[in-house]
Order: sequence, then C-alpha cells, then structure tokens
Amino acid sequence: MKTLSTEILVIGGGAAGLSAAAEAAAAGAKVLVAESDLHLGGQLVKQTHKFFGSKDEYAGTRGFKIADILLSEIDSCKENVEIHTNTTITGFYSEDGTFTAMRGEEKYFHIKAKKTIVATGAQERLIPFPNNDLPGVYGAGAVQTLMNVYGVVPGKRVLMVGAGNIGLIVSYQLMQAGVEVAAVVEAAPRVGGYWVHAAKIRRMGVPILLRHSIRKAVGDQVITGAYITALNDRFEPEGEETYVDCDVICIAVGLSPTTEILSQAGCKMMYVPQLCGLVARRDRTMKTSNPDFFTAGDASGIEEASAAMVEGRIAGLSAAADLGYPTEHGKLDEYWGRLQALRSGEAGARICQGLECVLVNRWEDVSDD
Amino acid sequence: MDEKSNPGVDRGTMDLIEEHPILDFPRGEKVSFFFDGREMEGYEGEPIAVALHANGIRVYRETAEMHRPRGFFCAIGKCSSCFMVVDGVPNVRTCITPLKPGMKVETQHGKGCVPEAEE
Amino acid sequence: MTDALDLFNSGVLTGEREGAVLPDRKLWESKKGGVVIIECPQRIPCNPCHTSCPTGAIRPFADINDTPKVDHSLCTGCTLCVASCPGLACFVIDLTFSEDKALFKLPYEMLPLPEKGQHVQCLNRTGECIAEGTVENVTQPKKDRTYVIHISAPKGIVSEFRTIRVVK
Repeated sequence: MKTLSTEILVIGGGAAGLSAAAEAAAAGAKVLVAESDLHLGGQLVKQTHKFFGSKDEYAGTRGFKIADILLSEIDSCKENVEIHTNTTITGFYSEDGTFTAMRGEEKYFHIKAKKTIVATGAQERLIPFPNNDLPGVYGAGAVQTLMNVYGVVPGKRVLMVGAGNIGLIVSYQLMQAGVEVAAVVEAAPRVGGYWVHAAKIRRMGVPILLRHSIRKAVGDQVITGAYITALNDRFEPEGEETYVDCDVICIAVGLSPTTEILSQAGCKMMYVPQLCGLVARRDRTMKTSNPDFFTAGDASGIEEASAAMVEGRIAGLSAAADLGYPTEHGKLDEYWGRLQALRSGEAGARICQGLECVLVNRWEDVSDD
Repeated sequence: MDEKSNPGVDRGTMDLIEEHPILDFPRGEKVSFFFDGREMEGYEGEPIAVALHANGIRVYRETAEMHRPRGFFCAIGKCSSCFMVVDGVPNVRTCITPLKPGMKVETQHGKGCVPEAEE
Repeated sequence: MTDALDLFNSGVLTGEREGAVLPDRKLWESKKGGVVIIECPQRIPCNPCHTSCPTGAIRPFADINDTPKVDHSLCTGCTLCVASCPGLACFVIDLTFSEDKALFKLPYEMLPLPEKGQHVQCLNRTGECIAEGTVENVTQPKKDRTYVIHISAPKGIVSEFRTIRVVK
C-alpha cells in the first residue's frame, strides 16, 4: 500500500485547518491537508452572511469569500502544501504512527506525519422525536450544502428547530434561496444565537417560538408536516400540539466536536459541556498531551468560525515551531490577544469557563488518570 | 418508490435555485445518470445525493430490519443515511461521492450485497 | 415573564437600550441626509460599523464586544455602516425628506431587488405590513451585493419600519 509522508498533516480543510495549513506553510513546513469533502472550505463556503469579529478575522467579509482568501493565502506558498480532497482519514495506529486514509470509497493508502493538526470540525446533533428518521429531517449543515454550495432548493416550507446562530442564520439563508420558513422553535426562553441574527428574520415575518419544541414529525415515506408544542419551565410539553405544514424539518440543535483521531492518538480527553462535548486537553500552543498532536477549531470545542481560524493559526505556528522552523517572535501572544477579544462578549463567557477546565499550563502537572 | 414518496420521479425538471441575491452557482457539465433504471440529469462532479434531491428524489435506501426509508441527512459523509448502490457497489456515501456521466444509482435495500471481487 | 421581554428575547427591539439609542429629536429633524439608527443591544465581538464610518460618528470601541455608541451630530447618513453591518442592524432615517414623509435607507440582501419608483410594503420588527412606501433609490455602497434601498414612507412609522417586502 502506498504511504505518503509529510511534516505536518492537517486533518480537515475548513476554517481551522486552512488557517493552520497557511500558517505552517508560510513558516516553511511541508503540509498535507486531508479533507473528506469534495472541496475545501468546510462550513465557510456555506455562509452568505458577513462575518463578525474584527478586521483580523475578516469582519464584514462574507464567509464564502473568507474561504477564498484563505485558499489564496495557501496558494501563495503552494510549494509547501499538498491538498487531498475527497479523502477521509479513517484511523490512526499509534504502534507505528500510521494514518489510514481513503480517497473516495475504495482507494486506500497510508500517511506518516511528524506532527498532526486535528481540525476535524464537528457533527450535528439530533434530538429524539417520532419519525425523526424520515427523509426531510435534515441537519442544518446539510441544508446549507444543498442550497448554498450546489444551488439546489431544499424544500418548499421549512420548520427550523433551534434558534442558536446556525438555526437563525440558516433561516435567513433559506429566505435568500426563496424558501419559506414556517417558524423557528427554541426550547430555551431566549434565542441562543446573536440577537441581531434573530432580528433579521423576525422583521421578515418569521415567528421565533421560544419555549417551544417539536413533538413529532408527520409523514409516511417523507416529511409532510410536524407537530410542535409549548414547553413549561421544566422543558416538559404543555398545552395543545400545533400542526405545522412543512416538507423539511431542519435540525439546528447544536454540534458535537469530532475527536475520534485524537482519542486514537492517546490524547487526554475531557468532557466539557461548555465546549459541547469530548475534547482534547491542550496547552496554549493548542498542543495535546501527545506532543505530536495539535487540535484547533470546532474539534477542540464548538465556537464561532472567527475563533476557529485563530486557533488554527496557533496550531499551525506551534507545529512548525516544534519542527524547528523559525516563527515570528510574539505571534503566539498576538493570536491569544485576538482570541481573548473574541471571547470577552456574552457568548464568550461560556467558552472561557470551558477552557478553564481543559487548558493545561504545564503537562508535568497533569496526572495520568 | 412511488410518486408520493419521490415527487420528482419522471417529471423531468430540477429544483434548482436559478437566482440568488448573494451567490452564483458554477455548475459542472450537465450529464445523464440512472436512478433505479430511470434516466435523470445532474451536474458532473456534484454529489450524487444532491443530484437526486434536485430531481425530487427523497428516499435513498430502506433499512434492513424496520424497512424505514432513509435519505439525505448530514451531507458530510458521516451519518450513513444516504448509502446507496452505485454501479453495483453498496453502501456508497452518496453525499460526498461525485456524480459521473452514466452512473447507475440504485435504492439500497437493507445492507446490500458486496460484489464478488474480480480476478 | 412579561410579553415585552419575551418579544425582546426572540429578536424584537422593545424600548431604548444600550446599543439602540435614538438620536436627539431636534438634531435628527435638522439633519439633511439623515442619521444612523443602530439596533445592536447585545455584547458581541464585532466592529465593522465603526471601522466603516468615515466621519467618526460611530465611536471607537474600547472592547470589540462593546455595543456601538454614536455621536449623531457627526453622522452624514452616508449608509456605509448600513452596508457593512454583518447583523443588518444599521438604518439611516432622514426626517428632512418632506413635510409628511421620511426617507428610510435600509439594508437589503433578498430577491427580488426593487426598482426606483416601485411601491413596496413597509414591515415592522415582527414583519407586519404597516404602510406602503416608494423606492426613491437603490444603491450598493460596497459593491458586494448588500443593497441599500431608499424608501420614502410616512413619518409616523419612523420608530417601527425596518425592512421591506417587494411584491412582484
């Protein structure tokens, strides 16, 4: 079987992975990016809205344009970067430090790397309700892929479940694609995403029903409707169920970090609710307890893409530095300054709490249990 | 699958976003492929699952035990909902497998049969 | 919980808040070109309204999470912030347009794009049609497909009218 060798393997070509690759390649390291999708850009390419943050995180630029910017940055040091799309890293074997990779469905090969940056992103959560397995119940990311990447109409009338940033943004994007949004249901007593995202769809007439959830999906072979209901303070259904006519139920109830490779590499993991799941412990350089593995982006905790890009840069910088490539003095502190700024708002407080649990100052002080 | 579950079968049009306020959609070459023997059109290089969705196809497979319909779900090759038989090979992740001209895509029933290896 | 708080928590502005402060009425009535009305009441990491402002009317942010503060006397109603704000939370309202009508300059990223002279529905913060307006101009200040639609509409709806619906 063919074995590819590289200095730095970046798993995932999304916001964090591309930033990591750009940073490491600029420092002079040889980088191989493995992306399971057919093209690079991850969630960035699906975003039609302008990004928040500051100029350093491309504020005011639409997400899909930011992906282009990162790609051209990588292109400027392309002699150092090898890109493999449609390539899934299926496992890591610590006995001999080999990754198994699969291009398409049937072409297998091995990869060996001196350092690895795990920027595998996240996967969508699902909530239990009758018929949640019927076609027409789609993850929010999948709906975005259909309409914003490939220009395919996802449905005629959508019920959105969840008013976090993704639920709110995708509702707006559905309207941009000419699709009607019947309602957004949110179990919490307030929207979880940015208030301004909610205001954008409210003024276009989309109801956001707080303390509401979906009770069941209706349909024989495919979704034809849904029943929703109000919730009481203990999140129990209360009162009558209301029927909503819809052919798509879009699930935007949160994400879980994708971390299998980190576990396989023996990295110390920790379940951190504020970061939305199991994540690797890491130090300020985004290095895990396995000194050859770094983590960045949603794989290290669910957060905004702006933060994922900065984390990616930290991981890329640190991995290159560990290989002996000269890096600009003070850059790590500069990146941390940016992260701190991004995290000092309302939404960032929760992230900071989570990081307090998972961030390691000195690995010597971390016990083995 | 009948007309009710797969509303697009045989209707010959695609559910495409023709005009978008922000995005342009550079599409590959229009090619034909087969879904359960019916000829359909899609764009070369887009995921098979996307091409099917544009043709109104919602049910991609049927589960082994409960015979429940399954379709598009995660679109990142992780959930197994969109497994289909493609050119005789079962369990193909159609959401991240690019469409090629003449492909034979079939609804997968149960686990599918792995084709015997050719000598 | 009160209805007003529920409304606010679902994304509908209720009353004046930090980050959503109206200009002094007298100043507002005298400003040709209008002044910016910002409705951004939550601390989030974002500052393009300030960085896009050519006159310094939208004050510098000490912390990027601060809600925007505006010196309305410096605002010329140029709409660069309207076109730059990722949250579509900036609106320019010109009270000098005519005796009974104000000119609203609102961000728009939908289809169909209205044309000059066209009548459009004026929607409030919950999407109800509260009046009919006339499109006076359609601009694209940043040439990035965020349009700013200039609509003349009754002065009585200045505190309500925040987006349009274009009916073909």
